[in-house]
Amino acid sequence: MATLANAAAAPARRETEWSLAVAGATLLIFLIAAPFVLYPVFIMKALCFALFACAFNLLIGYVGLVSFGHALYFGWAGYLAAHAAKVWGMPPELAVLIGTITGMGLGLIAGVVAIRRQGIYFAMITLALAQMMYLVALRVKLTGGEDGIQGVPRGRLFGVFDLSDQMTMYAFVVVVALAAFFLIYRIINSPFGEVLKAVRENEQRAVSLGYKTDDYKLVAFVLSATLAGLAGSLKALVFQLASLTDVHWTMSGEVVLMTLVGGLGTIFGPIVGAFLIVAMENYLAPFGQWVLVIQGAVFVICVLAFRRGIVGELAARLRVQL
Amino acid sequence: MFEIFGIPSQALFGQLLLGLINGSFYALLSLGLAVIFGMLNIINFTHGAQYMMGAFAAFLLLRYAGIGYWPALVIVPIVVGVTGVVIERLFLKRIQKLDHLYGLILTFGLALIIEGLFRNSYGSSGQPYGVPESLQGGRNLGFMFLPNYRAWVIAFSLAVCFVTWFAIERTRLGSYLRAATENPALVRAFGINVPRMVTLTYGFGVGLAGLAGVMAAPIYNVSPQMGSDIIIVVFAVVVIGGMGSIMGAIITGFALGIVEGLTKVFFPEASNTVIFVIMIIVLLIRPAGLFGRSA
Amino acid sequence: MRLAASLAFAAAAVFGTAAQAEDINVRLGVLNDMSSLYADISGPGSVIAAKMAVEDFNPAAHGMKVEIVSADHQNKPDVGSNIARQWFDVDHVDAILDVPTSSVALAVSEVAREKNKVFLISGAASSDLTGPKCTPNNVHWTYDTWMLAHGTGGALVKTGGDTWFFLTADYAFGHALERDTTSVVQAAGGKILGAVDHPLNTQDFSSFLLQAQASKAKIIGLANAGGDTINAIKQGAEFGITAGGQQFAGLLVFVTDVNALGLKTAQGLVLTETWYWDMNDANRAWTKRWQAERQGGKFPSMVVAGVYSATLHYLKAVAALKSAADGKAVVNQMKAMPTDDPLFGKGYIRTDGRKIHPAYLFQVKKPEESKYPGDDYILRATIPAEEAFRPMKDDNCPMVTN
Repeated sequence: MATLANAAAAPARRETEWSLAVAGATLLIFLIAAPFVLYPVFIMKALCFALFACAFNLLIGYVGLVSFGHALYFGWAGYLAAHAAKVWGMPPELAVLIGTITGMGLGLIAGVVAIRRQGIYFAMITLALAQMMYLVALRVKLTGGEDGIQGVPRGRLFGVFDLSDQMTMYAFVVVVALAAFFLIYRIINSPFGEVLKAVRENEQRAVSLGYKTDDYKLVAFVLSATLAGLAGSLKALVFQLASLTDVHWTMSGEVVLMTLVGGLGTIFGPIVGAFLIVAMENYLAPFGQWVLVIQGAVFVICVLAFRRGIVGELAARLRVQL
Repeated sequence: MFEIFGIPSQALFGQLLLGLINGSFYALLSLGLAVIFGMLNIINFTHGAQYMMGAFAAFLLLRYAGIGYWPALVIVPIVVGVTGVVIERLFLKRIQKLDHLYGLILTFGLALIIEGLFRNSYGSSGQPYGVPESLQGGRNLGFMFLPNYRAWVIAFSLAVCFVTWFAIERTRLGSYLRAATENPALVRAFGINVPRMVTLTYGFGVGLAGLAGVMAAPIYNVSPQMGSDIIIVVFAVVVIGGMGSIMGAIITGFALGIVEGLTKVFFPEASNTVIFVIMIIVLLIRPAGLFGRSA
Repeated sequence: MRLAASLAFAAAAVFGTAAQAEDINVRLGVLNDMSSLYADISGPGSVIAAKMAVEDFNPAAHGMKVEIVSADHQNKPDVGSNIARQWFDVDHVDAILDVPTSSVALAVSEVAREKNKVFLISGAASSDLTGPKCTPNNVHWTYDTWMLAHGTGGALVKTGGDTWFFLTADYAFGHALERDTTSVVQAAGGKILGAVDHPLNTQDFSSFLLQAQASKAKIIGLANAGGDTINAIKQGAEFGITAGGQQFAGLLVFVTDVNALGLKTAQGLVLTETWYWDMNDANRAWTKRWQAERQGGKFPSMVVAGVYSATLHYLKAVAALKSAADGKAVVNQMKAMPTDDPLFGKGYIRTDGRKIHPAYLFQVKKPEESKYPGDDYILRATIPAEEAFRPMKDDNCPMVTN
C-alpha cells in the first residue's frame, strides 16, 4: 500500500547534491533581483509562507506525520511577536525571538498530547487543538479578537537598521528565511534526520533497533512548530498586523496545500508551492470566493494525479535530489 | 421559577435544552462519520459540507419549488446521499489503495470546493429558513420555555440514532456490513457485493449528514460555513468517543452537548472550548477514546 | 494582471499628459463587504453610488479623469489592509471609500496615514475614528456610534427604558457602541444589568438570548448590525422575548434590515439614521436612479448615500487643488470647503475629520401603515447637526488637543 513516504521518496544520492546547490543558487539570484521587478511585499509574504511550508514539510515529508493544525504555531507566534513589539516595545529581533519561542512552547504542549495517537487520529487531534486555540484567540484580550493586533511597529533591527524602510525589511526577511532553509537542510541531512526518515519508512523496525521513536517524533514536532513560529513572527512584522486569519483552520489547510503542490519531502518543494499559491491568491483576489474552490480543486487533483508535486515530479524526472 | 446554585431555573434548563440540541447534531454527525469510517476507513472531512448541503437543499426546495420542511426531511437525505455515492465512485474508490491520510486530504479538498461554490452563490451570511408551521411556538413549562421545534429535533434525532444503531448491530444487513469491515475478501467470497455495500454505506452516512442539515436549517440559519464550524467539534467528539462503536458515537455526542450546555451556564467563557479540553484530558488518560478499542 | 493594468494606466497617464497637459487622473477604491452580513448595507450598492457621484461631478468639465475600482474585504482586517496597501503602492489608488466593519476601517486608516492618501469612511461606525484614532487623512462621513448611542439610546431611556442588557458584536464596533450607549444610559440614571459578547456573523443567538431573558432587563440593547441584528430579533421572537415584556433596542438598524425582517417583526423599532430614501423628493429621485442600476428591489441605506456625498465632495476638493497626490492637503481642502449635495444638503467637516449633518429619529411603521414597498419609517424627531455628534472637546483626538 503506497504510503506518504513512497510518494515523497526521491533517489537520495550524495553525488547529486550539485542539484541542490544549483537550485539554491537560483533561489538566491531570484531573491536578489526580484524586488526590483515585483512588489516587495508580495515576495516577503511568499517567503514567510515558504518558511511555514518548509517547517510543515519537516513533519509530513520526513517524519510522515500530517498535522492539520499548524496554523496554531504560525498564528499565535505572530500574536506574541506583535504584542512584544507593540505593547512591550521590544526591538524586532527580540519580538521575533519571543514569537519563535511561543511556537516552540505550543509545539511542545501540542506534541505531547498528539503524539499519543497515529495517522488519522493524529491529524484530527492537531486540527482540534488548533481550533480550540482559534476559539481562545477569538475571546482573549491579548489577541484583539476580530480586530487583531494592528499598527505593529517594525522598529529598528539591533537599534541600527530601520525596518520601516521597505528594502531594509526585505533584506532582513530574506536573510532570516535563507538561514532557516539552510537549517532545515542540515537537520534533514544529519544523523537525527536519518533516524526520522527511518521512523517514516518503518517505525516498528526503528523501535526494534532500539530507538525511542516517540521522543524523536516529538523533537521533530517541536522543531517544526518552532520554525512555523518563526515564519509567523516575521509575517506579523512585515504586515504590521496579527489577526484571526493566521490561526484559522483554513490557514492550516493552506500550508498543506502549498507543501502538497510543491512536493512533499523535497527541500525546495514547499518554497515553490508557497510562491505559487500566494501568487495565485493575489491574482484571484478580485474574484474573492473562487479562491476556496480552486484550492479545493488543486487538493483533489494533487491527491488523484499529482502526488509528487511540482518539485517532486521534476526531481523524479531528472533523477536528482531537490 | 426557582434557583439552582444561584442560577434561575429558566436559564439553567434553557441552556441544558440548547445543549441537548447541539448534542443531537453532534450525535447524528459523529454517527455518520463512525459508519463511514467503519466501512471505508476514511475520515470524511466532507461530512460538514454535506451537512451544509442538506440545509441548503431544504432552503432551495422551499424557495424555488415551494416544498416545505416535511417533504424535505425525506427528499434531501436521499439527494445528498446520492451526491455521496457519486463522490465515492468518482474519487474515493481511486485512492482506496493509498495511505488513509490522502483520503483525509482529498475529502478536505472536496469540502473546500463545496463550501466555496456555495459561498460564491450565496455570500457568507445566513439565509433564513423558517420553522415549519406545525412546530412553531412553544410551551411555557413553568421552570422553562420549551420551543416546540427544538423538542422535535431532540426526539427525532434520538429516534434516527436508535434506528441506525439497531440496523447495524441487530439486523442481518448490519451483520454483513460489520463482517465486510473485518474481512472484505472473505465476505466477497460468500457472494456479497462488497464494493456496492461500501458505496451504499458511504451514501447512507452522507445521507445522515444531509438529514442533520435539514433539521438544523430552522435553528442555525443556512450559511456556507455552518459545516466547517461544526465538523471540527465533531472530530473532537469522535476522538473522545473512539471510532470503534456506533453506540459510543451516539452517547458521546449527546453527552458532550449536555456538558457544553452546562458550561454555558456556569463558565460561559469556556463553553466553546470545553469539548476540546475534554478531548485533551481523554487523550492523556485513555488514548483509545472512551468507547474505542485500542488502535 | 495587476502589473498590466498599472502599466496601461501609467501609459495612459503619460500619453494623456502629452495630449492634454491639464488632465488630472484620479482613482477611487470602494472597499467593503460584498458577500457577507454587511453586503446589503454597502456592498455593490456603494460602488454604484460612487459611480453616480462621478457622473454628477462631470470630470471632463474639470479636466479630470476618474476611475473606480472595488474589492471585498470580507470583514477581515488583514484582507482589508493588504488590499489597501496594494491599491496605494501598486495600483495608484488615491482614495479609499466606505469600509464598513470598524476593525477593518481602523487597519485601513493606518495604511492611509502611512502612505499619505485619503480615507473616506462611510460604512464604519466606531467613534474612535474621530477620537483617539483620528488621523489627518481620514474623513468620517455618515454616522458613528456616539450619534447612535445618543439618538436611539437617549430616546429609549427617556421613554422609561432604565435597565439594559447588551448583546454585543465582539469587535471594535460593538464595543464602541456598547461603551457609548452605556454612558448615555448611566448619565440618565439607568442601570446596565449585564452584557454578553457574540462573535461577528453569529447564526444562532439562542444561548445569548437566554441570558438576556434571564437578566430581566427592560431593554435588550443590540450593539451589532446587519445580519447579526436581524438574526437576534428573529430568534428573539422564537423564545418569546417580546411577549415576556422585554424590548429590543436596535442600536444600529438600516432600512435594508427592516426590509429583511419584515414590518410584522420590526414594527415599533426605534432607530437613528442620517438619511432616509423617502424623506424628500431629491432623495426619492436619487433612489430611483440608484435602483435602476442596483436592481433586486433593494433600497439604498444611509451608508450608500454617504459614499455618494463623500465622493462628490472629494472630487470638488481635488478639482480646487488640481491634484490628488497629497492626501493630507486634499483632506484639509475638504475641511476648508463647506459641503453641499442633493442628499445631505449643507454641512461641513470638522478639524477632527467628523462630517456634521443632522440626525433623525425614526420609528418603524406597523404593516398596515405602510402604503408601498420601502415605506417603512415615521419621522419622530430631528436632532440638529450641532447636537448630533460628539463635541470636539470630548474627542481625545490628538489633532484637536494640539
